[in-house]
Amino acid sequence: MKFIKYYLAPRLVQYILVTFLGLSAAFFLPRILPMDPVKQQLAQYQAFGVYIPPEQLEEIVSTLQQLYGLEGSLSEQYMSFWKRLFRGDFGPSLARYPTPVMKVIAQSLPWTFGLLLLTTILSWVVAVIVGGIAGYYRGRWTEILDAIVMVIRPIPYYIMSLLCLILFAYLFPIFPLSGGIGVGIELSFSWETVKSIVEHGALPALTLLIVGIAWQFQSMKLIVQGVRSEDYVWYAKVAGIEEQRIVFHYVIPNAMLPMITQLGLQFGTIFSGALVTEMVFAYPGVGWILYDAVMRGDYNLIMGITCISVLAVTTSIFLLDLIYPLFDPRVRYR
Amino acid sequence: MKKLRSLFRDLTKDFRFTIAFVILLALLFLAILSFFSPYHPQRMYQVPRGRPPSWEHPLGTNWLGQDVFWQLTFAVRNSLLIAVITSLISRIIAIFVGMVAGYRGGLVDRILMIIGDTTMVLPSLVVLIVVSTILREWVRHLTNLGLLLAFFSWAWDARVIRSQVLSLREREFTFVAVLSGMRTTKLVLKQYLPHVLPVILTTLINNMSWAIGMEITLAYLGLGIDPTVPTIGTMLQTAIYRQALFLRLWWWLLTPIITSILLFIALYWLSVVVSEYLDPRTRFQRIGLH
Repeated sequence: MKFIKYYLAPRLVQYILVTFLGLSAAFFLPRILPMDPVKQQLAQYQAFGVYIPPEQLEEIVSTLQQLYGLEGSLSEQYMSFWKRLFRGDFGPSLARYPTPVMKVIAQSLPWTFGLLLLTTILSWVVAVIVGGIAGYYRGRWTEILDAIVMVIRPIPYYIMSLLCLILFAYLFPIFPLSGGIGVGIELSFSWETVKSIVEHGALPALTLLIVGIAWQFQSMKLIVQGVRSEDYVWYAKVAGIEEQRIVFHYVIPNAMLPMITQLGLQFGTIFSGALVTEMVFAYPGVGWILYDAVMRGDYNLIMGITCISVLAVTTSIFLLDLIYPLFDPRVRYR
Repeated sequence: MKKLRSLFRDLTKDFRFTIAFVILLALLFLAILSFFSPYHPQRMYQVPRGRPPSWEHPLGTNWLGQDVFWQLTFAVRNSLLIAVITSLISRIIAIFVGMVAGYRGGLVDRILMIIGDTTMVLPSLVVLIVVSTILREWVRHLTNLGLLLAFFSWAWDARVIRSQVLSLREREFTFVAVLSGMRTTKLVLKQYLPHVLPVILTTLINNMSWAIGMEITLAYLGLGIDPTVPTIGTMLQTAIYRQALFLRLWWWLLTPIITSILLFIALYWLSVVVSEYLDPRTRFQRIGLH
């Protein structure tokens, strides 16, 4: 009971409030876009040579507004936005009318999730193991690793992707320049398809891995160095417990807690984590469709992507807060 | 002055500080050099186009007939300017919000912190893309982009400052000051500010490199500031957009990339060294005294 009142309730209120504010911002921001989707659609009709008689213009405009969910005053739109949000419906994509926004996002999700789940988990595991060992033992090789990480760590991931693109797709053309799969290859479970997907995903994955490992290696190393100087490690040493046992049973597990937090936060940003990498490699994930949506003034799609990213981030923070007491009893009654 | 000199001597014991300092000094020199540029930063076809590096054009010329070296001097100046505007404005907001929230407490505190939390939780890149599409014309100006970026980077500092003020408020010197009739603004500025300044210094450096990075990202998307005004981002964007690689003008594309990497590394190392210096625990750890 005490737990619910002092731990759960304040966090729940905060979660709901922040999500509400964030989603409202997502609603209002695209509405001030200088691009009017209705006018754009009309211009597109006219570009195809369709003649619209002036007396019908108003009717067409109102039909289009209805289709796009832009009818009524701002407050009415806002109310219906929340109604539809609870049903998980963001309306049709304006640039790819009449495909629903959810379907457009759903089509690009497997690409983003496949790429980011793999790289996030892989880089986390590698960083925890290597960083843990490098934090405990010291030697020539840890200094070399440190020096490499010190150089890689500050480079933002989009600059890294450009570098990798120049190095491995242009100077040494090992990997294809762009896309998620070769042109004309159909999605199926054939060897050819899988090979093409892996080839196209390798370079974006490589850049994300390099940056991810460097970043987490360093934090893991610092944490382990902190844990190493705790008294119980000293006692364990004095008691004559093998070094290896101390590292893997005493030090690394105790350094895991902040790393688990980091992993959880990263899961929250999977949806919006590598937008620019995807844009650089023209990888058909969420980042690519967001870029497309911005260029074409696709309100609904921008809004859908923004809402889902906000929800993903706030929810992952909230869930982390919830499971934290399970990992660390010290947090339980704070 | 003497104190400053001994501080500097302490810091230069770390080779990372020395390297970072030299890089930043060189970039600053480039930025100052831009005032003596023989070419106009935005005009095209001033020199023969597509020439490789030579004595006359140290970093070659690009496909638009501009000297890459002199373009770079303008780019460094403008990028640094954006970074400074962003970090200074966001620090001012952070100090103001953090102190008011911490000192006043209550409802004001709660509202300010909720606003701060919201800006922190929003996926800033997505929101920045949306906002700079909406305000495309407004953001084209350098100062305005700096202001926009500042809006997204004050929240964390405000929180740190608030928590420090909360603890300072309970200290005895506060009661002495209040009882002796010191005005609140004077108390906060004279007594509290010196306590929070060190924290602000390290986040200031990190914020600068974040702002430079965001400028590059937005420019890469064709958003952000006017693409004809050279910054590191727009230089990169122009080179990519004009297919520098396929024209085999590698010096055009690599110049902004390498400059940005040097800048990021220098700022990062500087922040690491400064925060280690300010937090003696990590300093001891580094020498192995624990």
